[in-house]
Amino acid sequence: MKLGLVIDLDTCVGCHACATACKQWNTSGTIGPLSDQDPYGKDPNGSWLNRIRTFEVKEPEPLPTKGQGCGSQKFDLHALATEGTSALLSDASPASKTVHMPMSCMQCEDADCVTVCPTGASYKREEDGIVLVDQDKCMGCNLCSWACPYGARELDEEQGVMKKCTLCVDRIYDQALPESERQPACVLSCPTSSRVFGDFDDPTSKVSQLVVERNGQPLMPELGYKPTNQYLPPRNKEAVAMMAKTNEPALSKLKKWANRVIAR
Amino acid sequence: MNHPIDSLPEFENHAEQDTKFTTCYMCACRCGIKVTTEGNEVRFIQGNPNHPINKGVLCAKGNSGIMKQSSPAKLRSPLLRRPGTERGAGEFDEISWDQALDILTKRLKHIRATDPKKLAFFTGRDQMQALTGFWASQFGTINWAAHGGFCSVNMAAAGLYTTGHSFWEFGDPDWDNTKYFMMWGVAEDHASNPIKIGLKKLKERGAKFVAVNPVRTGYQAIADEWIAVRPGTDGMLALAMVHVLLQHDLFDDEFLVRYTNSPRLVVNTPGQQGDGLFLRDNDGAALVWDLQSEKFVDSDRVDISPALFGDFVAPDGRPVRTVMSLLADKYLVDEYAPEVAAKACGVPAETIERLALEMAHVAFKESITIDCEWTDWAGRKQTQFVGRPVSMHAMRGISAHSNGFQTCRAIHLLQIMLGTIDCPGGHLAKPPFPKHIPPHLKPARDMAPNTPLSSAPLGFPTEPEDLCIDGDGNPLRIDKAYSWDAPIANHGLMHMVISNAVKGDPYEIDTLMLFMANMAWNSSMNTANTMAMLREKREDGEYKIPFIVNSDAFHSEMVNYSDLVLPDTTFLERFDTISMLDRPISEPDAACDSIRQPILEIDRNVRSWQEVLIDLAGRLDFPAFKNGNGENKYQDYKDFIINYERAPGIGFLAGWRGKDGDQHLCGEPNPKQWEKYIENECFFKYDLAPNQRYMRHANRDYLELAQKAGWVGSTDQIMIEVYSETLQKFRLAGQGLYDGPMPTDEQHKQRLTEHFDPLPFYYQPLEQQRIDKGEYPFHAVTQRPMFMYHSWDSQNAWLRQITSQNYLYMNRDECGRLGIDDESWVWVESHNGKIRAQVKHMDGVEANTVWTWNAIAKAPGAWGLKKDANESKDAFLLNHLISELLPPKASFADITNSDPITGQAAWYDLSVKITPAAAGETGAWPQFDEVKPLPNQPSSPAEISYATHANVNLKRSFKDILTRGAK
Repeated sequence: MKLGLVIDLDTCVGCHACATACKQWNTSGTIGPLSDQDPYGKDPNGSWLNRIRTFEVKEPEPLPTKGQGCGSQKFDLHALATEGTSALLSDASPASKTVHMPMSCMQCEDADCVTVCPTGASYKREEDGIVLVDQDKCMGCNLCSWACPYGARELDEEQGVMKKCTLCVDRIYDQALPESERQPACVLSCPTSSRVFGDFDDPTSKVSQLVVERNGQPLMPELGYKPTNQYLPPRNKEAVAMMAKTNEPALSKLKKWANRVIAR
Repeated sequence: MNHPIDSLPEFENHAEQDTKFTTCYMCACRCGIKVTTEGNEVRFIQGNPNHPINKGVLCAKGNSGIMKQSSPAKLRSPLLRRPGTERGAGEFDEISWDQALDILTKRLKHIRATDPKKLAFFTGRDQMQALTGFWASQFGTINWAAHGGFCSVNMAAAGLYTTGHSFWEFGDPDWDNTKYFMMWGVAEDHASNPIKIGLKKLKERGAKFVAVNPVRTGYQAIADEWIAVRPGTDGMLALAMVHVLLQHDLFDDEFLVRYTNSPRLVVNTPGQQGDGLFLRDNDGAALVWDLQSEKFVDSDRVDISPALFGDFVAPDGRPVRTVMSLLADKYLVDEYAPEVAAKACGVPAETIERLALEMAHVAFKESITIDCEWTDWAGRKQTQFVGRPVSMHAMRGISAHSNGFQTCRAIHLLQIMLGTIDCPGGHLAKPPFPKHIPPHLKPARDMAPNTPLSSAPLGFPTEPEDLCIDGDGNPLRIDKAYSWDAPIANHGLMHMVISNAVKGDPYEIDTLMLFMANMAWNSSMNTANTMAMLREKREDGEYKIPFIVNSDAFHSEMVNYSDLVLPDTTFLERFDTISMLDRPISEPDAACDSIRQPILEIDRNVRSWQEVLIDLAGRLDFPAFKNGNGENKYQDYKDFIINYERAPGIGFLAGWRGKDGDQHLCGEPNPKQWEKYIENECFFKYDLAPNQRYMRHANRDYLELAQKAGWVGSTDQIMIEVYSETLQKFRLAGQGLYDGPMPTDEQHKQRLTEHFDPLPFYYQPLEQQRIDKGEYPFHAVTQRPMFMYHSWDSQNAWLRQITSQNYLYMNRDECGRLGIDDESWVWVESHNGKIRAQVKHMDGVEANTVWTWNAIAKAPGAWGLKKDANESKDAFLLNHLISELLPPKASFADITNSDPITGQAAWYDLSVKITPAAAGETGAWPQFDEVKPLPNQPSSPAEISYATHANVNLKRSFKDILTRGAK
């Protein structure tokens, strides 16, 4: 199996529900706790496994389609992944479309974060491709987070170990949960159903089908890590037909209107 | 997932966990939630998949409920301002509930026995207005309202005076069928999950989503087209589209004839009494001209073909015209031509025309039909519902302007012209709506000591006789609702209470009782001055508002300005009712209500406010709460909810009524009703039959059910009011032509004459009419971020990590012109004051508009925040710039900065000028003194490491390391 997420940028409204659902589940989950530093003071910050980047792009040009590469001049996804917001384009014309981009571990097939781990704490599971950090083996050296181009790993300051998305491994296999709830918390919660979880190895799965139908693409494939998660670009809505204009003179129009008999 | 699960540890000890259902209360959506607890702690809050509102999903706030529950700002016991200390100094003593209730009972008993209006009871994010309003009427004070006056009264009033339902709470787009959706103004805050779920459906179906908004964020971000309208000009935009529809003969004339009052005849005798009123027969029936019999006939008759257009002479010789003829004359003129509208709205004329023609195409060429036999209002069998699949949504962005009522009516007119009211694909009503127009309930006026009011304090005036004014025309209510200042103030004017009471205008009060309303901070206009007003004293040393009682769950800024603090529970610790009697959670195809049940045990000395109200009702001897022998009729809140009947068979909860719990909507009290709700995941859903789901204003199958359930008083057709005779009566009063109460003040006469137009029209927002637009060139508006929809949770430790500082977002090109750098500090100045704020550049904002997130800023020390929190150092409130009064005008008395019709606070009318701050001028300004910690308040932790159990680590075996190496 190759488990991962499809994220629909056409319908993500940037509400952050996925981020807090993730935080909520995982702080008491297998990867927890996810601590928060100075939660009521200046510049509060804690460990999160999923964060939303927001930026403006030009309209109506869509996101780059498959094959054009993501690092095109439209917007710099690398800057996005590493710097977060404000990865803006040049000021040549107004960039008036806001795009919200949830970012979490891409569950890469060739994950450098795993390769660089000196203790063997970081690993990619054979059974389903989930990249995990064995919390007992991690020594908090941070090498993996430097290796990750997506900014998906965060060192927990209080615990001194690395935290990352587990695809809610502690939900998806839990037979005690109703089957419909054996999904990552972010997917369960997403109010616009913009997150879909499934097996990319199965061509009949919803995620595989969505990638085909909607031209799904990975982030920064040129780096060669083979990210599993895929993003669906915003749709381009075709024009709506217009009613024909009559431009009848007002007087004849009024006459016509006055003579219309409509039964109540 | 199919997986060799044997290799996995048991992550969760489910035997130690408990799961219960309840209803979220972190905003006004009221989603169903499923809460898993472990010990007395929350393990996980998730959406209830079976719930009609959120269908399993949950927003960022709902997902952060754990941090609400563990907030250090939770109040822990009743508090009394320490004798001898000043109000606002933050010196409190912890007292017992007995002491607190004794103090309050004594005070309220005296008020009730002498002059009940000296109690002003106003509630903020109240979701139980049927209870608080009933309590106020039993007390005998008309000085009660909730926060609708600064929230959404323009939307509710415009809807209830036009179509019988409204946007948001009483209506929804038909998400499943609509093909074209137009969202007017900021709407992220109303509603949350239902709109998100709906937008997804539109996108999946390929429906077009047009966003009309000066700012492109949030929901607008995923719109197919963004219309960057100038704030406050939406009415012009809507009416220019009406102009285009009329110009090209694109309106649903069958809908207009059958379901609206547009064929009615209007007396056309300018300058005379009776001008603009309907032509009526001797029995008072409004008349139309029947094209078949060629006679004036009762407009309600079935067997007629009323003329939609035309000029006639009434039998008494007066000239009359149909509403539609008036309407065509009004909107076909150049004033509403797209080219003219473009100048006001900043939207190109060709775009305005195109949008109108697109909507007309979808309405008339892409209409849909649902085959279903139904009975219309006249008893005629119909075989299908015809849908004009254009729908709209509007909320705060329209509401918070002083022209919001007429603008909302203009949007409804556009919907009506397209025939999209309560049809498949259109704008649907949600039971118990639609109601007859307006609902048959008049505001209470008369008060007497120790006597309940004869009706509810709030209602729906239809003529000047219904106003709450004395014989001299002076306001009777402390907020001046239903006075000449704001005649149709259906939700009251909470934003004027403090200002009026401190001035003693119209009179002084004794006690101000607030629930969940942060009037000393983000819920007031003119915040800094409001704080000063709360401290103002009379010459004898007594505060001008002598006693302030406040119930809240958290240490808000208002707590700091209170004399008696009654600590409320959190939403996870209480029983609650989301009732069909006030603000139910219905969906268009189902009548729904719901409850809350305690999930956690209370670990502090707090009581839910509704429990306190029931207790007080007994102590104060309210007649409805006493048996004949003087004993309390209800043991507690739960007992009251199931046994109180507003009318026989009609109570707070509609589900599982009757002694055996087998009756729905109407039936005797059921002693096991709470248990039935808990069994059913805390909500009740009554599905309407397919023949009851559309055209309910004229659908007898539905109206008969609605009458039985007590939602409407009769099965008569709900006649949609394109033309509002109610407004015209007030206008006649302003013109001195009304046979009844009339204003004497010149300003009132002008306001009535100009604004009470019986047909919707556009006018420049009032503040802008009184300031120099050259000096204050920018419109300044606010939004709530979706993750902080509603403001009483911004102290949430997770959510504030997403945003703890707001910025002033400005158009990039404008910033270039003014030399304002990204992230630089600027002075923002209005006619009322100035603030300092930090700017961020943005492209997706209309050039003349600046905007910010509302209510991020907090007073230092409030809400459990440390004094150096970003919320108090760098975040800012725009509220300081907004006056509760209009800028002064020579020879006119001070008057509220509100919609002249409904009294809706006009906080989106703000105009500002922006100048760069000098070098070294950084940080938000003004700054406020630190709020002192409460006596029993725990210090806020330096770190949180929340978990309900130790994590069960998924270990990697050494074998795996050895055999797979780095993989």
